[in-house]
Amino acid sequence: MPVELDPATDYPLGTRRPDLVRTPSGLPLDRVTLPAARAGELVSPDVRATPETLALQAEVARKAGRAQLADGLERASELASVPDDELLEIYTALRPGRSTPDELEAWAVRLDDLGARRTASFVREAAAVYVERGLAAE
Amino acid sequence: MSDEARSRRFTAREKAPLRREMLVQPWPELGLVASAGPADPEPELVVQGGAVTRLDGRDSDDFDVIDRFLVAHGLDLDVAPEAMALSDERLARMLVDVDVSRGELVRLARGLTPAKLARVVGMLDPVELMMALKKLRARRDPGNQAHVTNLKESPALLAADAAEAARRGFDELETTVGVARYAPLNALALLVGSQTGRPGVMTQCAVEERRNLELAIRGLVTYAETLSVYGTERVFADGDDTPWSKAFLASAYASRGVKVRFTSGTGSEALMGHAEGLSMLYLEARCVSVVRAAGAQGVQNGSISCVALVLSVPGGTRAILAENVLAAWLDLEVASGNDAIASHSAIRKTAKLMGQFLPGTDFVTSGYSVMPRSDNTFGGGNYDADDIDEWLTIQRDWQVDGGIEPVAEGELLRVRERAARAVQATFAELGLPDITEPEVESATVGHSSGDMPDRDRAADVEAADQLLARGVSALDVALALDRRGFDEIAEAIVGMLRQRVAADYLQTSAVIEPDGLVRSAVNDPNTYLGPGTGYRLEGERWELLQALPHVVDPRELGGGEEGAASSAGDGDVAATGTDPSEVVVALGPAFADGVRETISGLAHADVLDAILAGVREAGGSPRLVRVRRSADVAFIGHDGALLSGSGVALGLQSKGTAVIHRAELQPLDNLELFGMSPLYTLESYRAMGRNAAGYALGQRVGPVPTELDNFARAKLIVTTTLLHARETRAIVPGAPAVEVSVARTDASR
Repeated sequence: MPVELDPATDYPLGTRRPDLVRTPSGLPLDRVTLPAARAGELVSPDVRATPETLALQAEVARKAGRAQLADGLERASELASVPDDELLEIYTALRPGRSTPDELEAWAVRLDDLGARRTASFVREAAAVYVERGLAAE
Repeated sequence: MSDEARSRRFTAREKAPLRREMLVQPWPELGLVASAGPADPEPELVVQGGAVTRLDGRDSDDFDVIDRFLVAHGLDLDVAPEAMALSDERLARMLVDVDVSRGELVRLARGLTPAKLARVVGMLDPVELMMALKKLRARRDPGNQAHVTNLKESPALLAADAAEAARRGFDELETTVGVARYAPLNALALLVGSQTGRPGVMTQCAVEERRNLELAIRGLVTYAETLSVYGTERVFADGDDTPWSKAFLASAYASRGVKVRFTSGTGSEALMGHAEGLSMLYLEARCVSVVRAAGAQGVQNGSISCVALVLSVPGGTRAILAENVLAAWLDLEVASGNDAIASHSAIRKTAKLMGQFLPGTDFVTSGYSVMPRSDNTFGGGNYDADDIDEWLTIQRDWQVDGGIEPVAEGELLRVRERAARAVQATFAELGLPDITEPEVESATVGHSSGDMPDRDRAADVEAADQLLARGVSALDVALALDRRGFDEIAEAIVGMLRQRVAADYLQTSAVIEPDGLVRSAVNDPNTYLGPGTGYRLEGERWELLQALPHVVDPRELGGGEEGAASSAGDGDVAATGTDPSEVVVALGPAFADGVRETISGLAHADVLDAILAGVREAGGSPRLVRVRRSADVAFIGHDGALLSGSGVALGLQSKGTAVIHRAELQPLDNLELFGMSPLYTLESYRAMGRNAAGYALGQRVGPVPTELDNFARAKLIVTTTLLHARETRAIVPGAPAVEVSVARTDASR
């Protein structure tokens, strides 16, 4: 369900549009409370932003005129579904001299598989530049 | 004079703290040039068929990794032709023109190349840069960030300091570790302490990326600013990153709910040996362009750890301010340095600070050390716990909000103890090594970690490892506090977790209010358009920042009982004397009446005894009168002289200022003036009496020896004003002087 956001009236989402925000398990924002935690309804893995919420924040940023921040938050939205270990592995792979173009391509494919389309193309873009600038592993 | 002759003034200055620092001439080839380096490229942008073919002096084939990243993600080619066509002068004028909005400037900046950006801000002088920074700050309200660390990594002290920092109004708190394995414990102490001091304060623990991400995933930290970028490809790679890896990392952090701020700053490329002959400011323009292109909401810049290097070259302070302006112009949140020690000289470092302090930035410092400098494990502490009163006073002096609030000692003791107890309870509940009562007590009242009992550090790091292995999260911390009765702090921590779920603080320049409202450049933008607009320190906030705990109510100041009945010893209207040995001692209107002692605390009765004794021992005959028509010491003395048989009088104000006068002199002239009343003893007054008699009797008189205290005025001018106000209130306009009899001046204390 696409939502038309207006940063002027909808931001901050937590205050003005809590109805749009849920935890990964589907708990509404107003249930992220101490009593809910006491009752065991709120558990640690559930205390994080969902890909959807991050996408909404990307939309806020874009409408506020911040294209690059929006791009970064869209990548964040995609990366929210990437496991922690892999997240750090991809970061390491992107550091200078760590990866061959093929290895970076493999990560791009993996990201595509995880639905992280924009981030995958970001990695492919890096791979091409690394080859030209001598930043890829031999 | 021999060639080896030395001026003692030069040798004295050489010993000043300032001279521990080296100043060097520019050496552009090494990057030791602040701005406008001879090798800096001409601004240039050529677009052919929608592709950038030349950028700042380079063909696309020669673009380095930074150029390529900026072309791919930074430059807005829709606005670039318009923006690049504007002359440097035109853009520079727009930066300081209050009628040109921030929005318009930010729009144009999207199409400007690094060389153009550097060139334009390089045209501004310091005051113009401040004007531009005031206009361009992203968020309306300025703020500040604190450093919270200690040498012993004492959790109780970390929590207490975090609580104090939060209570003092810092929006963000940053800690780090001496020993890497401490990270989870330090992050935990900071989280508990911060939420004790003020709900909503964001925290970070500056550690290696993997550890940092792990802390973030557990909700133990909420922001990171460790992502460094550099202005040349070689240094970027030496920093083991590329713009792509850093941008990826930024998104990775954001995906785990971490507010991301990059770090850059002038001087780093020169320090790391590959400035490529380019000026510091130009390279920083490349850095902040990368930061924006990477999708970061903000940057910590302003030379940061290289500040002393930048200050070694001419124009360094100006270049640092210019780089802050660049970042703000690119629509980035700015945490504007002032954390690393800029100078040994308090004057020099504070002169530098004013560039950010007066216009205000999102975070005036990237870390104000809330503990003493010796406990700052960042190697920083440009301003620290011992400087807080200075900072608060400068805010009050300028009517400027530097983001730190005055708080009473008792309130801080309360907050610090509560935080130390809360972290003690958390440790106990989570099975971490005990925090003892002496630790809580020392953390509450201590000055530094030197006051803290030692802990078993091996046990602490082992427990820290286990904490991570057990997957303990911020929610577990909240529940632990809740079980121990710290439900308010538990609520505050859950409030921070709610913020993680909503992710509003990922927007530009976000800070969190105690009630959970996120304020960022989206909903609280800087709208400054000249006088009367934008953020202004006024109303309740101004009242708060004025109210330093040691400010006193002048109405309640002492100085002798006021409003005593009539002037006890006053008699008839004073006649003109005829005795040639007579010395009139002329008292001010309030002497020994509305005021009972001098500014140095001498009882008026004792002062009179001393003067009279002095006059007599030099052979004079004293006579006391009170001048009622004037509180001015010159007129008191001169009126007395006109009444004196010898034509000589000693005039005496209630605060203790005295003058020896002679009738034929002009009132504002004198024989001797004693203006340093705070320094006088009874012996001084006795000597004045002797001298007055000496003048009266036509003897040779050497001036009364007096000392000079150049700080007396700064110290006592308020008291002087208040005492003098009492004197002037006692004036009876046009009233003649009256006789005063000695016995009646027994002004009791």
